[in-house]
Amino acid sequence: MNVNASATAMKKIVVLGATSGIALEVERQLARRGCQLLLVGRSAERLAELQGDMAVRGARQVFTYAADLGCVQQHAAIFDFARRAFPDFDTVLLAYGSMRNQKDSEASVDILLEELQVNFVSATAILTLFAADLERRRTGCLAAITSVAGDRGRRSNYVYGSAKGALSLFLQGVRSRLHPAGVRVITIKPGPVQTPMTDHLSNAARFANPEQVARDIVRALERRSPDVLYTPKLWRFVMKAVQEIPEGIFKRLSF
Amino acid sequence: MSAQSAAALRKQPVASQPIKRVFSWGRYPKTAHQFVHKPGWNDQIPKILKAAAPGSLLPYGLGRSYGDSCLNAGRELIDCRRLNRILGFDESTGILRCESGVSLSDILEVFIPKGWFPPVTPGTRFVTIGGAIANDIHGKNHHRAGTFGAHVRQIALHRSNDGLVICNPEINSDMLRATIGGLGLTGVIAWADIQLKRVAGPWIEAESIPFRSLKSFLDLSRESNDRFEYTVAWLDCFAGKNPRGIFFRGNHAAERGEKFHPGRGLELPFALPGWMVNRYSVKAFNTAYYAIHAARKGAAVVPYESFFYPLDSIRQWNLLYGRQGFLQYQCVIPDTTVVALEELLDRIARSGMGSFLGVLKQFGSAPPAGMLSFSRPGVTIALDFAMRGERTLKLMQSLDEVVQQSGGALYPAKDARMSPALFEASFPHWRSFVRYIDPKISSSFWRRVTEAR
Repeated sequence: MNVNASATAMKKIVVLGATSGIALEVERQLARRGCQLLLVGRSAERLAELQGDMAVRGARQVFTYAADLGCVQQHAAIFDFARRAFPDFDTVLLAYGSMRNQKDSEASVDILLEELQVNFVSATAILTLFAADLERRRTGCLAAITSVAGDRGRRSNYVYGSAKGALSLFLQGVRSRLHPAGVRVITIKPGPVQTPMTDHLSNAARFANPEQVARDIVRALERRSPDVLYTPKLWRFVMKAVQEIPEGIFKRLSF
Repeated sequence: MSAQSAAALRKQPVASQPIKRVFSWGRYPKTAHQFVHKPGWNDQIPKILKAAAPGSLLPYGLGRSYGDSCLNAGRELIDCRRLNRILGFDESTGILRCESGVSLSDILEVFIPKGWFPPVTPGTRFVTIGGAIANDIHGKNHHRAGTFGAHVRQIALHRSNDGLVICNPEINSDMLRATIGGLGLTGVIAWADIQLKRVAGPWIEAESIPFRSLKSFLDLSRESNDRFEYTVAWLDCFAGKNPRGIFFRGNHAAERGEKFHPGRGLELPFALPGWMVNRYSVKAFNTAYYAIHAARKGAAVVPYESFFYPLDSIRQWNLLYGRQGFLQYQCVIPDTTVVALEELLDRIARSGMGSFLGVLKQFGSAPPAGMLSFSRPGVTIALDFAMRGERTLKLMQSLDEVVQQSGGALYPAKDARMSPALFEASFPHWRSFVRYIDPKISSSFWRRVTEAR
């Protein structure tokens, strides 16, 4: 069942936010290919369940590390563990995020700052640690899930959107910085996906299937594909069009 | 009451969404639910159970029950499909531990390459382990292997009062027997240990034999049950007392067959107009189906998919029956009364409301694995009927008479309309099951057949 290891450069993957809805599907597909995984997430209990699942599905080796990625103070320990247990990892995928009701962030600055902390500040912090390691070793791939919501600030979701948009900009810079070292940086921009993060939205039934999104992500990790991945593909064109709408009109739109 | 608990739950971190309609496979009855919980992890279940009002919840899987046993009209469901992790597998014993939302399809995909197969499989691979246990499902190997429940070694059950309860033949064995065939009413299964069986590969050595009477079906069954692990028959029920049909039998094969290319399969994108399924189209289909298989009779090595799951290649085939949906009638008739089978077929033929899918299978004599298990010695027959309102329900009532007089039973997993009296006759011990029901759980089916609110 395992794909010949030489067919893919990707063998040892660190997943930051391993219990998130999209990450779960990505990990399964990687496990099926016989990859080795280091899963980082908040709940030790959930990680233990995943460890069993991935092993039976074909992962060659599965490490787990329980930590709160939103908390920058814990990053050094996470990075340290990765370097000790998994010294020659070749791919890092950042997959965590938080999307609370926008109205809560409008009403409470504390909630607003928490959202920015989780989705942007902490993400840049942990990516910086891993970027330096890959740059030094002149190999590998750094990928992070941002969002189409980051392509334009919308009335209904601009807090999440601005954090993810800022993260996309950050990745753009890191990509350029790591280019001379031959390290790939992939910005993954999913449209709305059916995951626990979006269950509360009224139109969730029409969102993309996480399995399909994960397939796109795994393909992007495996191959020399575009620096910025929209998934499902349609969103590349949708967002192009959305970005073309003049601000004078856009500000009147309520979506 | 349930509205309140739904409102309370919405404030909790467990993700949920209001959904108006959830269907069972027959798309009848059409029910609205107050709320559908979608837990991603087992650690979220205790909170959901705790916050719920009495009798407000029901675990839900892939919705392949045909009637209302997987529905909880006006109340809430716990969609268990995200609880789909394989927790471990012991290569030496073949025992698999997995969560309740894992599907047979998933198990086949992971374990066939390793040389293991589900101990019992129904006619579709799109059922969850939770559903397989809750309905104590049977398959073409019932005469050898009994029901799915007979291969469940242990379960862990979330109960609203007692937390996570481990049940196996030594500890809480009565709760295990209640949960097998317990229609999801005893709690939410966190995980189960299932005994898989060794197979040489994905191939089945299959034979098909045309037959032209019930007696020859029974002869074929008797003759085949010793030599073949899997037996089942398709039946053209337009022919009355002397129906024609095709008898299928098979064993796992060690040799390789032709290379199989699993396609994505057809999919019905929306409900077809209901009138397309009528006596003429069905008769034409049945004639063609019989002719093709009668011409192809004989032995062949075929991939397991085409032997076990021919209908899975048309996804959403239930939409064939149109917006009104359809009903499946599955009963078991005790061996001694073949007359009753003839009477059933006669009444169906006279009604002119036949179906594509008539399935006949002789059950074995294994003791039931669960308190409310459906399978019992005899012949089971399953027939689909497009829902045409009163006319269809009347026909089924007249079939009920035959089943009840013969001492047979109706299968809850397929039912949307049996009377409390027939349920009582089918499951005379149901009252001793009641004490195992979780106080937070109920279902449309259960309220209907026990006349409870």
